[in-house]
Amino acid sequence: MATATSPDGATSRLAAKRPAIADSSFRVLSLACGLLVLVILALIAFAMTARAVPAFRHSGVSFITSSTWNPAADEYGALAFIYGTLVTSLLAVLIGVPVSVGIALLLTEVAPGSIRRPIIYLVDLLAAIPSVVYGLWALLVLVKPIDSLYGSISSAVSGIPVLDSLFGGGHNGKSLFTAGLILALMITPIVTSLTREVFATVPAAQKEAAYALGATRWEMIRGSVLTYGRSGVVGAVMLGLARAMGETIAVALIVGSSPQVTSHLFKSGDTMAAVIANSFNESTQGSLYQSALIGLGVVLFALTIVVNLSARSVLSRAEKRLGAPL
Amino acid sequence: MTTLATPPTTEPEAPSLGGGAISFGRRFRNTLATALMVVALALALIPLGFLMYYVVKRGSESLSWAFLTKPIPVVQRHLGPGMGPAVVGTLLITFAATMMAVPLGILGAVYVVEYGADNRLARVIRFLGDVMAGVPSIIMGLFIYTVWVIRFHHFSGFAGALALACLMLPIVIRSTESMLRLVAPDLREASYALGASKSRTVLTVVLPAAAAGITSGCLLAVARAAGETAPLLFTIGIVTRNNFNLFKGSNTTLAAQIFTNAQVLFPGAQARAWGAALTLILLVLILTVLARLVSGRLTVTSR
Repeated sequence: MATATSPDGATSRLAAKRPAIADSSFRVLSLACGLLVLVILALIAFAMTARAVPAFRHSGVSFITSSTWNPAADEYGALAFIYGTLVTSLLAVLIGVPVSVGIALLLTEVAPGSIRRPIIYLVDLLAAIPSVVYGLWALLVLVKPIDSLYGSISSAVSGIPVLDSLFGGGHNGKSLFTAGLILALMITPIVTSLTREVFATVPAAQKEAAYALGATRWEMIRGSVLTYGRSGVVGAVMLGLARAMGETIAVALIVGSSPQVTSHLFKSGDTMAAVIANSFNESTQGSLYQSALIGLGVVLFALTIVVNLSARSVLSRAEKRLGAPL
Repeated sequence: MTTLATPPTTEPEAPSLGGGAISFGRRFRNTLATALMVVALALALIPLGFLMYYVVKRGSESLSWAFLTKPIPVVQRHLGPGMGPAVVGTLLITFAATMMAVPLGILGAVYVVEYGADNRLARVIRFLGDVMAGVPSIIMGLFIYTVWVIRFHHFSGFAGALALACLMLPIVIRSTESMLRLVAPDLREASYALGASKSRTVLTVVLPAAAAGITSGCLLAVARAAGETAPLLFTIGIVTRNNFNLFKGSNTTLAAQIFTNAQVLFPGAQARAWGAALTLILLVLILTVLARLVSGRLTVTSR
């Protein structure tokens, strides 16, 4: 900020003449900037919904209940995309959260002080890598070997009741599961850093009490750290979920772009964000197709807002309980 | 910050009772838990290692001065360098977005912390900032498409910058806010005692005191924006020649080029995608390291 020196002269001259005006206009200016957030959010909701109305009118409720997406015949049922978004982000949470909590526990309870910082830097590096680079790597390097891995898993479980319907029935390197894996990697840094902050608020007295009862370190972690920090971890998980649902580019490259509602995780799917990214530019301006794609955006916007709001309310309750800002 | 405030967490040391004092099962579970934590770390870091290895290996094959400056081949099949327009576009668009988001975000945070104190409006703004930070980046792209691109009937670098600015704004507000809260109230009071007005106190005392932290937060926001693709897909279009004019004509960025080139099977295009990926990662890492260096000097400097 150059404010340190340059406005100095300007404000002092102004201030000498009309201090009240300079002061209140600065106040109004900063208030306007604060309100900008409100204005932009309202504009997003309004402008996008207005463009999506033709598609919502055209399809009615079937926009979210039907899974037939056929732009050529003007049939727009987004269920397969909603399903794909939910499945990939749930997979991301299922895989990413145990990993993140493990790393957070390692950092707060186990690792000696000297190696904590390097580990934190490395995990944060995962957050610095752009989404499109994850996508590039997954698409050009990971997809082929992982497909043959899927192949052997899928033939190993064929015939076993539940596993077969999850992992059997054909496989593709570009699949819901691959997308879930990459998303898990992408949400790991944020979930790790949030849970780490939660665990750091656990009072030493709680831990000492557990040790005094003769607990091993793991028993102490289970009894004190995890119990005490539970609500904070739930909030962190939900923020990770919201992040995974909105993640676009990496998923667009590796999810396989075939809208279907299937229990087979090794098959291709599609998500709301991915289909918008992949097909928006082939829709003509003002067409029903484009309106439907914007409609998908509205649904995604609403969904992430709901999950984010619940995450925030869980976190703020945890914040009050733990007595520390998260 | 909370990690620093609490006493070292290793302080309550696990009791190292003799082998016989703790049953085998409990000792086993304890060791297993520690081992699983190490496995968790490995599960996160091994993919990171592979990814960095491939980006550096494949990227360094195509990265050169010519790669950074020459135009992009019009025919994707062609081998050889050229990402110049994407480098220009990335720098210009990110710069324009920064010029919009940083001043607005800092002023917004000033309202929340300095003027709003803890009134209802400030809390609402703060809360909505968090909500906005959670909005997926592709939604920002769609939003700018509906309110800007449709209205003016053409793609432009500026439209992309608007979308990126929407993405950066909540990040800048959040980080500035936490830095302003760290400024000691004594400094403000000292300034008032000298007869300075509120605006003067904010501009000449509070903001300079928090400058290092604010700069660091802004650099991280810039790093985030520079690597974004989704907000740009429907706002900037695509070009193969340098376009220095943000307001006229389509533009392109490194991230957008990676996205298009990754999806084609031609070796030339894929090589350019890897080269662009390495360039982009280097750019982002430089910004991140700069942010760390700046925040390392996060102290209220005497003036």
